Amino acid sequence: MIRNLHGVRLKDHIREEQIFTTRLVIASIIAMALVTMLVLRLGYLQIINNQHYVSLSENNRVSLRPIPPTRGLIYDRNGVLLAQNLPSFTLELVTEHIDDLPETITKLRQLVKLTDDDITRFNKERRRKRRFEGIPLRFRLTDEEVARIASNQYRMPGVEIHARLARHYPLGKLASHAIGYVGRINERDLNNIDTSNYIGTSHIGKVGVEKSYENVLHGKVGLQRVETNAQGRILKVIERTLPIPGKNLFLNIDARVQAVAEEAFGENTGSLVALDPQTGAVLALVSMPTYDPNLFVNGLNNATFKLLRENKQRPLFNRAIRGQYPPGSTIKPFMGLAGLELDEIHDGESIKCPGWYMLKNDPRRYRDWKKRGHGDTDINRAIVESCDVYFYDLALTLGIDRMHQYMSAFGLGQKTGIDIQGELGALLPSSAWKRKTYQTAWYPGETLIAGIGQGFMLTTPLQLASAVATISEYGQRKKPRMIYAMQDANEEQHQIMQPVSQESVHIARRSNWQTIITAMEKVVTDPHGTARIISRNLKYTIAGKTGTAQVFGVKQDEEYDEKKISKKLRDHALFITFAPVEKPQIAVALIVENGGHGSTAAAPIARKVLDQYLLK
Amino acid sequence: MPFTDNTQNAFENRRSLGMRILRRFHIDLSLLIYLMLLVSAGLFVLYSASDQNMELITRQGVRLSLAFVVMLAIAQFNPATIRFWAPWLFAIGLIMLIAVLAFGEMGKGAQRWLDLGFVRFQPSEIMKIAVPMMLAWYLAEAPLPPRGMRLIIALLIVVVPTLLVAKQPDLGTAILIASSGIFVLYLAGLRWRLIFYVVTLFAISTPLVWNYLLHDYQRNRVLTFINPQNDPLGAGYHIIQSTIAIGSGGAYGKGWLDGTQSHLDFLPERSTDFIYAVYAEEFGFLGTLVLLALYFLIISRGLIIASQAQDTFSRLLGGSLTLTFFVYVFVNIGMVSGLLPVVGVPLPLISYGGTSMVTLMAAFGILMSIQTHRKLISN
Repeated sequence: MIRNLHGVRLKDHIREEQIFTTRLVIASIIAMALVTMLVLRLGYLQIINNQHYVSLSENNRVSLRPIPPTRGLIYDRNGVLLAQNLPSFTLELVTEHIDDLPETITKLRQLVKLTDDDITRFNKERRRKRRFEGIPLRFRLTDEEVARIASNQYRMPGVEIHARLARHYPLGKLASHAIGYVGRINERDLNNIDTSNYIGTSHIGKVGVEKSYENVLHGKVGLQRVETNAQGRILKVIERTLPIPGKNLFLNIDARVQAVAEEAFGENTGSLVALDPQTGAVLALVSMPTYDPNLFVNGLNNATFKLLRENKQRPLFNRAIRGQYPPGSTIKPFMGLAGLELDEIHDGESIKCPGWYMLKNDPRRYRDWKKRGHGDTDINRAIVESCDVYFYDLALTLGIDRMHQYMSAFGLGQKTGIDIQGELGALLPSSAWKRKTYQTAWYPGETLIAGIGQGFMLTTPLQLASAVATISEYGQRKKPRMIYAMQDANEEQHQIMQPVSQESVHIARRSNWQTIITAMEKVVTDPHGTARIISRNLKYTIAGKTGTAQVFGVKQDEEYDEKKISKKLRDHALFITFAPVEKPQIAVALIVENGGHGSTAAAPIARKVLDQYLLK
Repeated sequence: MPFTDNTQNAFENRRSLGMRILRRFHIDLSLLIYLMLLVSAGLFVLYSASDQNMELITRQGVRLSLAFVVMLAIAQFNPATIRFWAPWLFAIGLIMLIAVLAFGEMGKGAQRWLDLGFVRFQPSEIMKIAVPMMLAWYLAEAPLPPRGMRLIIALLIVVVPTLLVAKQPDLGTAILIASSGIFVLYLAGLRWRLIFYVVTLFAISTPLVWNYLLHDYQRNRVLTFINPQNDPLGAGYHIIQSTIAIGSGGAYGKGWLDGTQSHLDFLPERSTDFIYAVYAEEFGFLGTLVLLALYFLIISRGLIIASQAQDTFSRLLGGSLTLTFFVYVFVNIGMVSGLLPVVGVPLPLISYGGTSMVTLMAAFGILMSIQTHRKLISN
């Protein structure tokens, strides 16, 4: 170190330069080491892990977007459109293009009706969507609203009208229980579907054919591989797999028959099922009252849903497949057939009907509907006049278990297996059933009332229709079918569904069928027949049987007086029928709830349906 | 052959004319060529990174031209003049830094800009040059290495502006200012033991700085650096996307204008701080090596100039400016490739942006001045 005379340090240029050079060299070495680190890092990213990052960047860039398929249409058997897809106009806002959102909404309020619910839903949706995506503000714009917005659109950037396909049922309430409806997919639906096929689909069949044929109607989702930017905006389509549209369905239902039947019920509640006995085709499936399925497509508001829900007439309840009613006297032809086949009764063999029946050791009187009695009654007359005493006696002879055996051969008390979901089996009692359910023995009195279709016995209108169709075909049974044909969306050809045979009812002697059918024919034609009211101007032959099912029990010392009791407790009126007798084309079972007598309330409805189907 | 002789002569003449021009205007040819190469490459990358925005390229071009003019202008001054101006420039810079904190303009949550009416700029940029100048001036006056009071004052010259800038907050610039100062001290021969103490002091003060000095967003950046997947859509997004861009570039890159990460908006800040990711995606590892080679050439030229300088001031200043330039490059590429936490340091001479460009070129102007006035001094 250099110091001057006073000991003060002096600059030593050579040494300073040496130190500087050394330091610079050390710095360079450190810098080179750092650069080497960088190079290693970049080599690691770009060379060693290249594949990994390439796939990450591909995932960034390319995404799969669904193209939802178009739902299949539903027609009736004659090609009348029952369910279609209509463009539904939605008002959407793209916030990216809107400078002043509140002002735009204020402007829109002057053009279309906007409820607070609309605004709330819009704001909720807005949080989930990207800025360039349209957010729906109002659904189902009317044509007038569309026009009003369209003519003002130029001064409201970011306001768009979109047409989407929405399910529409052009005939409204007609056959709503058969067709069903679609609604928004909910949590429960998600558990039952292949979610990958439903990305992009918002609605799903909820009930009726819409539900049971969901997988046929829906089709297969299409996909497009698209290149998107970081915000998710689609820049170009790389590859596209087109969706496969759902198949069109042709129902067996004849919309005209259905309409006539629904109209014939008037204000009454009840149900009617018409089948083609030869094929099992469901020609009409009526459950009254009906509802407008269009209400469900865009989501019911709570008030409407409550109204439908709490309506005492239960419009949403599908009586045809779920309504369980005592069959009443409509059971008698089946009883007669069992008696004939088991040789317990014979054509022409009479018993005396005094108007009541009594069991041994039982003080109770089992009354006939006709107080004075039918006098000497054979099977023929017992069916024509619907003699109760005859069938009390027959029931006692057969016993509940043999009755059960024969009735169940007709499918009574069992699900028919119709192709709509939610069908109920109802109930055909037996001693075994009672022991199992109530842990008590079967009493003879219960056998008696089962003989006239009362007591425990319950059937659905569909089961009755299927059973009467079985009679008309001498025991040949066909499974009831909603669908007549399917059609691929882009093809002309129909794929016609084959009838499904079920185990037939085995009756050894054909004459036994004929005895019953003749009696049923006389129900209409005989001057004493319970359904003689519908015989006027008849241009074809009808076989039928009326029924009246008690809703509440009449005490021993009381009289049932239709006028005195409230409508709600009045008897159900039933009628089963088929026509023409020689070559049956249609079989009908119907029930008018609290309609009173089968002869007056139910049979005329059947006549209208038969006339429509056979004559027009 | 006379014919050949003639051409040879003409060539010699022209060459010597060129040399004369270079000498007359105090231009260091190697440095100029390297810088030109880098800057042109930068414009190509920016063209891609900005989605072929010609307007942006033009603006950058104008800035670059301005920066080159500044560089050449500064090169005309004798290092002695530069030395004379050092304390004044430092004083002005310090005053403006305080002014910024008092009534500067806010931008992106930080107070960095000063609007003088006719021009709007970041005073912290001046400090990148003023601090090493001041320090070199102050240290060169006395024997080296500095001791006692002189050392304490020297440290204050570094620490005060650094803290003022960090307070803005602008961590990237603060780091660059601090390192430029530290480099001067280091090159001046600051004892290793002292350097060790300083480093230890830094290490000890880290928790204090973490708790009291850092802003939330800065803390976030560091946390994110440690684990980007922590917050992949928030703070970690930058790093994740930039490593994807770099890694997917592979050995040869996806090709110019064909980087998907860059052009589909996945990469944020891609024309400014993260422009290296665009480059690496489109030109791959090979491109990276070329780019690093260019930077290597510039830095080694700077170090050569510094080592050949003839007075202490020039040596210290030249060495510090060159090493700071290296820090720029290292910190930027390091952060974009996930090696360092994200601090706002641009890729020098390539990232889009004005003030830093001018400062950088001014630094190269000083280097040119040091180199080209050398012989005149010896004469």
